[in-house]
Amino acid sequence: MKTEDLIEALALDTAPAKAVSPRLAVAAVLGGLMAFALVALWLGFRPDLAQAPSTRMFWMKAFYTSLLALGGFWAVERAARPMGSPRKGMILALSVFFLWVALCVWRFMGAAPADRMPMLMGQSWRICTLNILVLGLPILAATLVVVRGLAPTRLTLAGAAAGLFSGGLGATIYGLHCPEHAMAFVAIWYTLGVAAVTAIGALLGPWVLRWR
Amino acid sequence: MGGVAADLEDRLKALMLRGQAGDTAAWRELLSVLSGRFRTYFARRMDAGSPDVEDLVQETLMAVHRRHMTYDPSQPFTAWAHAVARYKLIDHWRRARVRKHVPIDDVADWLSDNATAEEGAVRADLDKVLSVLPERQRALVRDVKIEGLSLAEAGKRMGVSEGAAKVALHRAMKLLTQGVLKT
Repeated sequence: MKTEDLIEALALDTAPAKAVSPRLAVAAVLGGLMAFALVALWLGFRPDLAQAPSTRMFWMKAFYTSLLALGGFWAVERAARPMGSPRKGMILALSVFFLWVALCVWRFMGAAPADRMPMLMGQSWRICTLNILVLGLPILAATLVVVRGLAPTRLTLAGAAAGLFSGGLGATIYGLHCPEHAMAFVAIWYTLGVAAVTAIGALLGPWVLRWR
Repeated sequence: MGGVAADLEDRLKALMLRGQAGDTAAWRELLSVLSGRFRTYFARRMDAGSPDVEDLVQETLMAVHRRHMTYDPSQPFTAWAHAVARYKLIDHWRRARVRKHVPIDDVADWLSDNATAEEGAVRADLDKVLSVLPERQRALVRDVKIEGLSLAEAGKRMGVSEGAAKVALHRAMKLLTQGVLKT
């Protein structure tokens, strides 16, 4: 095909296209529904789900993981564009993490020594990170499909940004199952789960996000 | 960034914004300008006369067409287009199993044709080689081989048909080869 003919064909095919954020929102909704279904059908909701929203920690935890997801969304919204940098979103997520850790240390110091280990390990430290990883994966899959249809040029970073977003959202949904309420527990095991999804995104990026 | 580059940026950005909104004429014009830019960009970085250049130009135009929503109007358009072309070039080399380094900051060269001192030296050499040609043939070689115009576009500029331009270009290239071999 001659290039002039191609240009003519493409010009006749012109139509406004859906912007980047709405596309990512579609991935968030689809992936989020899958993660929600996993909680509903596999993990089960926390037994005190009816009362939990009246506790401060329920919302603190949701706020923390949502902010990680927000940082991830910002990062992937930029990284899905040619030469786009996920830096600002990642800095937001890191700042939120360090702020959370600072609050933890302050609380931790105020706690009686006997209470400290339970604050760190809770009841479910063995499974928490893995569960968040499992909830994050369907969201990651949906996000990577969307990002692949955009135009990332730094594929490892774009994959990591998609992972941060998916992990944060997965961890937020996991809060519907997990009754742990210590900040230190969330700081370690929730964050590890989000970091694991981020790492998987970074590893997959160069393979999965390559577009033609 | 010089005045010419800034003008080009403003012009292409305006076309892109209209094209993003679905303006067919603006989109046709933008793709035509970009095709020339892409051709020059790829031709400089690939083997001369390789059929891959035109394939890559077309692939990159399709990428611009299908992924235009990734252009953020708060960013420079030429940087966006350059990044797409650069990604396509690296992807091409990866598939062809060639490892090369593409400098990330060659966007200046994308915008202006005489960006570096080295290029100035190359330009001087080029002028010397081209000086063996008569005026009209020299212009033709410049338009097609250096600026990256198609034969039809270059012919129109000189007021001749595509076929005539092709024949003239062939003669000019033959003369050039003889000229270079003699020196």
